[in-house]
Amino acid sequence: MADEALASTGVTLRPAGAQDAVAGVRPRWVALPESTEEVAALLRVAAERDLAVVPVGGGTKLDWGPPPERCDLLVDLCCLSEVVEHVAGDLVLRVQAGITLETLRDRLAIAGQELALDVPVPGTTVGGLLATALAGPRRFRYGTARDLLIGITVVLADGTVARSGGKVVKNVAGYDLGKLFTGSYGTLGVITEANFRLHPLPPERRWVTAEYGTDVRRGRELRREFPVDPGPLLQELAASQAEPTAIELDWADSGDVYTLSVLVEGAAAEERAEAVRAIMTGAELGDKPPAWWGRLPEHVTLAEIRVPPGVAGQAVREVAGADLPGRRLRGSAGAGVFHLGLRDGAGVTGIRARLAPLGGRVTVLAGPDGGADRWGPIGALGLMRRVKERFDPDRRMSPGRFAGGI
Amino acid sequence: MIATLAQRLKAVLPDQAVITDPVRLRTYECDGLTYHRATPGVVVLPESAEEIAAVVRLCQEFQVPFVARGSGTGLSGGALPRSDGVLIVTSRMRRILDIDLPNRRAVVEPGVTNLAITEAVRDAGYYYAPDPSSQQICSIGGNVAENSGGAHCLKYGFTVNHVLALELVTPDGDIVELTELDDGYDLLGAFIGSEGTLGIATKITVRLSRAPETVTTLLAAFATIEGGGTAVSSIIGAGIVPAAIEMMDALAIEAAEAAVRCEYPAGAGAVLIVELDGPTAEVARQFAAVERICREAGSFEIRVAASAEERAAIWRGRKSAFAAVGRISPAYIVQDGVVPRTALPEVLAGIDRLQEEFGIRVANVFHAGDGNLHPLVLFDDAEPGQGERAETVSGRILDLCIEHGGSITGEHGVGVDKSRYMPRMFTDDDLATMQLVRCAFDPGYLSNPGKIFPTPRLCGEVPRVRKGPHPHEAELF
Ligand SMILES: Cc1cc2nc3c(=O)[nH]c(=O)nc-3n(C[C@H](O)[C@H](O)[C@H](O)COP(=O)(O)OP(=O)(O)OC[C@H]3O[C@@H](n4cnc5c(N)ncnc54)[C@H](O)[C@@H]3O)c2cc1C
Repeated sequence: MADEALASTGVTLRPAGAQDAVAGVRPRWVALPESTEEVAALLRVAAERDLAVVPVGGGTKLDWGPPPERCDLLVDLCCLSEVVEHVAGDLVLRVQAGITLETLRDRLAIAGQELALDVPVPGTTVGGLLATALAGPRRFRYGTARDLLIGITVVLADGTVARSGGKVVKNVAGYDLGKLFTGSYGTLGVITEANFRLHPLPPERRWVTAEYGTDVRRGRELRREFPVDPGPLLQELAASQAEPTAIELDWADSGDVYTLSVLVEGAAAEERAEAVRAIMTGAELGDKPPAWWGRLPEHVTLAEIRVPPGVAGQAVREVAGADLPGRRLRGSAGAGVFHLGLRDGAGVTGIRARLAPLGGRVTVLAGPDGGADRWGPIGALGLMRRVKERFDPDRRMSPGRFAGGI
Repeated sequence: MIATLAQRLKAVLPDQAVITDPVRLRTYECDGLTYHRATPGVVVLPESAEEIAAVVRLCQEFQVPFVARGSGTGLSGGALPRSDGVLIVTSRMRRILDIDLPNRRAVVEPGVTNLAITEAVRDAGYYYAPDPSSQQICSIGGNVAENSGGAHCLKYGFTVNHVLALELVTPDGDIVELTELDDGYDLLGAFIGSEGTLGIATKITVRLSRAPETVTTLLAAFATIEGGGTAVSSIIGAGIVPAAIEMMDALAIEAAEAAVRCEYPAGAGAVLIVELDGPTAEVARQFAAVERICREAGSFEIRVAASAEERAAIWRGRKSAFAAVGRISPAYIVQDGVVPRTALPEVLAGIDRLQEEFGIRVANVFHAGDGNLHPLVLFDDAEPGQGERAETVSGRILDLCIEHGGSITGEHGVGVDKSRYMPRMFTDDDLATMQLVRCAFDPGYLSNPGKIFPTPRLCGEVPRVRKGPHPHEAELF
């Protein structure tokens, strides 16, 4: 019996309840491993018994994405949440995958350091962040998780434990499995540990924020002087030698005013923020972010828009021009990545068609897709399938949770 | 067989793009690591992705291995050819296809040199950030294959952080695009640093960075290497991330002096080069701190570059270091180990002990900020036994790096040269798992075989799906 085999691993197990459902699919068991070895033991049993496995971190995005084709065992990484090693002098960190970014932030702050990644959804774990490749405002300066990840430990479908990278920032020995597992949605194996490069906490932070009218509904008088297309201003901000860390746009209500907020951090932040304010007409300078900063827009359906940064302004205009009831747009305008909250998935196909000529991508992250392909076209899907076939030939790791049935 | 293949190659490429003349073949027998040599079976000089795809498909048909080569400056034997195979050289693919400043990117062919990108956009106030010391010659395709770094990667990262998309010819001969815009597995990231074993990059989209408002370069001389090391730790500890922190020891300084008369302060046991860049106000504050830290750590002379010329003068000694040791030694081995920064003092002491034990001199040049050492192990190849002793010292240095939690290579790659050290750093399972990626891209094991991994994993057939057909099998191929 699978029950007994799972129990024989010694890992804490409980029967799954309705609250454990993955996008509506209810598993049979939930396991709570406390080490990489325990995860390996579970996956060996799963391989013997042909059980489909879905790893879960904070459980904040379990209702995201398509449902798994089947799910027997949920591997909950909540108890795999230790800081394994933090050598402040080396600015490197090794953690277990189940630790939340908030916990990590508090721990590192004591040493005057940080992992320069934002927390997109409260409760997000390191493993969940890697698996979904979600990033927040500071991607403009620091890149995303894959840019700060220097080593990874994973357990494959057959229970094999594999590591790549290490705990030094500069290292080109062997293939980088960390990259491969970034954005893998649990379909290649279970991430159990990750090593990151850290940064010193910036001594100062300043936000420069201004509201701008949009060019939709010209009938009403606008409150500020504004460029019709945010594009030129975004260009100027991105090229600014004040070196902002983030350039965010919020247009999360149905009104005709959007907000741009720019983060400047590090030494001499105040002076540099003043230089940014000189570019942004009527902007205010403060040491607190606007309330919406780094949060996903309210949504039933949540889509991510990614465009080359030079056409971010145009993308905003395309969204403005599209018929998208209940539209809320927010995101890293400087980097060309936005999140779009919708009342349903009905407008996805349309907005995808509008952004395609700009080289843009639209992915449905959560909620009903309105009949649209959640992922849209992926040029390397054929190669991704081949990778999947090698790593998980029996299709037991989160089957169906990623594009093209992967 | 190679002769037949060469004939077929001439059908898909212009005649002069297929080299079979033994004398000309010999010019491609090694890369920057000259002690590994092999004459390639045949060399091709394609001009487009389609031509490369046609060559690769012929290699598949003949089941003959192929190796890509850019400028041949690699230092791990990655571009070492196969006498039973085809060497695909990208030197005729040197066009910059697009410079797109609004999107802060450029699209280039793989044979374009690293520096050519910066030169093309410098006047507009931009540059391409990764800056290997070989940047005047090395190709961007080679940089992608090696995930090359440079002195400034401490702050700005490596090639992988600056490449936004790639077109590649897969080992099957298909042309595929990998882009950061795609959802799913980061295959772009996995390809970068794969040393030509997953296919050939034929078009590369790189990020262009805004040139910083201010660059300040400082040279600090210390009586001992420990003094320099203390300064490095204190700078990092103060929360400063300089663009670069480079260190050279007395022997490396002596060599640089002999080669390029860099005129570093006399009597220095170590020099530190610290470069800060960014917004003027930020740099000014950090610079004052760095200067104070260096003095407190015992620096007896500090020079600050007041002009671009003076900056170049400070860098000249450092950038020439590899070639310069040729002035003080008939032969040398360059190592590329990495250690956690906090382990630097211990590892340097360990290298000192090795010098004594084996009677071999080691000149130390390193990217101190990220713990990437380039020990230059000096020897006289005319003296019997010295080469072997140097080789032993070199291997022991890598052991030291691994013992301290570091890596056998920070930027030069594994190639053929260091593949035998991989099992010291990784378990069999680690290496077997990495090779699953290889099996996905190159199940026939024809793309630069024999590099990176000491023992190839047999891929076998694509594993059969146990339960019914793949739901999307139909649209697979
Ligand atoms: C004096 C000197 C200083 C150096 N300094 C640095 C430094 O500071 N930092 C650093 O990182 N490196 C440095 N190097 C090493 C070397 O220059 C880099 O590894 C460089 O990226 C190699 O580029 P290349 O065009 O010469 O590649 P090659 O030597 O021709 O090839 C290197 C590898 O790339 C593969 N390859 C080449 N083109 C392609 C392609 N289009 N697609 C797929 N694979 C391909 C080859 O098969 C091979 O495995 C230095 C070398 C020298 C000689």
